[in-house]
Amino acid sequence: MNKILVCISKAPDTTSKISFADGNTKFDENGVQFIINPFDEWFALVRGLELKEANGGNVTVLNVGGADNDPIIRKALAIGADDAVRIDAKTDDALYVAKQIAAYAKQNSFDLLLFGKETIDYNGSQVAGMVAELMNLPYVSLASKLDMNGNNATIEREIEGGVEVIETSTPFILSAAKGMAEARIPNMRGIMAARTKPLTVVPAFEATNSTKIKSFTMPPAKSSCKYVDAANVEELVSLLHNEAKAI
Amino acid sequence: MSILIYADSSNGHLTKNAFEAANYASQLAQKTGDKAVAVVTGNVSGLDQLGKFGISKVLHVANAELNNFDPQKIAHAIAEAAKAENSSVIVFAHDYSGKSVAPFLAAKLDAGLVTGAIALPNTDGGFTVKKSVFSGKAFAEVEVLTPIKIISVLPNAIAKIENNVTAEIVDYTVSLPSTNLKVKEIKKESSELSLTEADIVVSAGRGLKGPENWGMIEELAHVLGAATACSRPVADIGWRPHHEHVGQTGLAIRPNLYFAIGISGAIQHLAGVNGSKIIVAINTDAEAPFFKAADYGIVGDAFDVVPKLIDAFKKFKAANN
Repeated sequence: MNKILVCISKAPDTTSKISFADGNTKFDENGVQFIINPFDEWFALVRGLELKEANGGNVTVLNVGGADNDPIIRKALAIGADDAVRIDAKTDDALYVAKQIAAYAKQNSFDLLLFGKETIDYNGSQVAGMVAELMNLPYVSLASKLDMNGNNATIEREIEGGVEVIETSTPFILSAAKGMAEARIPNMRGIMAARTKPLTVVPAFEATNSTKIKSFTMPPAKSSCKYVDAANVEELVSLLHNEAKAI
Repeated sequence: MSILIYADSSNGHLTKNAFEAANYASQLAQKTGDKAVAVVTGNVSGLDQLGKFGISKVLHVANAELNNFDPQKIAHAIAEAAKAENSSVIVFAHDYSGKSVAPFLAAKLDAGLVTGAIALPNTDGGFTVKKSVFSGKAFAEVEVLTPIKIISVLPNAIAKIENNVTAEIVDYTVSLPSTNLKVKEIKKESSELSLTEADIVVSAGRGLKGPENWGMIEELAHVLGAATACSRPVADIGWRPHHEHVGQTGLAIRPNLYFAIGISGAIQHLAGVNGSKIIVAINTDAEAPFFKAADYGIVGDAFDVVPKLIDAFKKFKAANN
């Protein structure tokens, strides 16, 4: 029976066209569909639910952000989380967000804190490790497998060219990567139930930002593709050697 | 003041990324007039090699309990070194180790962290670092507002400039906190070239029609000294292992040369590979979106083109060795 906290973040849909507004200082949200960050939803949330289904317990989803995040929080509830908490704070800076999560989690003891390995927008891979330090808890990043036996956990984590098998026990923090679980699609019953599940909003905790995004730029456009005839692959070898200097 | 790096190791040797972090720190140190210092943990040899990239001092924390990876302990050791060396900037590689340790250290030192940096910091009136965001679809200039700054550098993003100095190697003793984390086993796929460190990557997708057809992909990779990768559908249906999946929800890579064979080039896949310096697309469909992102393209059947490419590269290698 574990009390599980799954931290979810809002991210633009993976097919979104990326553009910027206000003199390239802000992400242009116009026409962008927002989703639960895929690593948080597919891997952290679903593995949390599987553990609860196998061993009992409770899954709370936690989001930091404004009221416009509520639809994605309801989706997490529809997938199967028991209740949700939104900390009404800005999300401009990873350390600031980590301080919000740590402050809340310290007040409400959890056994497992699950995160996705990174968000697909700012690709920070920062918050989970920061929360671990702020709460003085063990942290396993980029985990591809999590098995619980009572309070003891066996975790597999990706490392350069291999896999590391780690043992720890609750409470601990984990960031989930591919392999951890399979994505679930919420069913109608889940969607109906989500409407009445508790979503508690708590005010922001006191903290300051450690970083600030000054501006965005787009990568330079690729020059057009140079085609090589399939019957003449030697030309490609020569281009890669003499022109691209890549071999 | 000093610029500190964490130089990671694997099997007792410094990693390629460790030298990239050293290269970054020493270029920054030359700009700011500081000293570049490295922290190395566990049983590692060849530490003097860091002098090639401007590291003048190596703090070697040889505690046996650091032979296994524990981000909490490593962050503690680096924090102690940062205090002792009066470090204003701490540099990691944005790899498996850096992603684990850098956030710990940032929270410990209350320092702003920029992950995935692709350029040296701009220190004119502030401290801003350019990083890749939206899985490589854009860049952001991030200002760090705290006295201590932490940066993790995207592999293969910064040109290497050798800067030979003599590295003084110091045995550095740190009392480590006890943690509740035990590495039970390490399963290494040691014969494989690491995907994030590879200069050349040969990647294939559903166009290959089945897992039994990967022999020619592996052979092409072997001829080129390349790592193999795959698209998401191929990993999802189990043709290839998950750790080969590159793209927005898999690994993001930026090799010098990327071959996309039988991959259409969905936006999610491109997001993980568009940092590659040169992209070659091979596809039967002339309208495949990958050709828009590629530098070179062959419209043709992989089963026809790849064997011919293997022969052509073999001839090239024979003639150039």
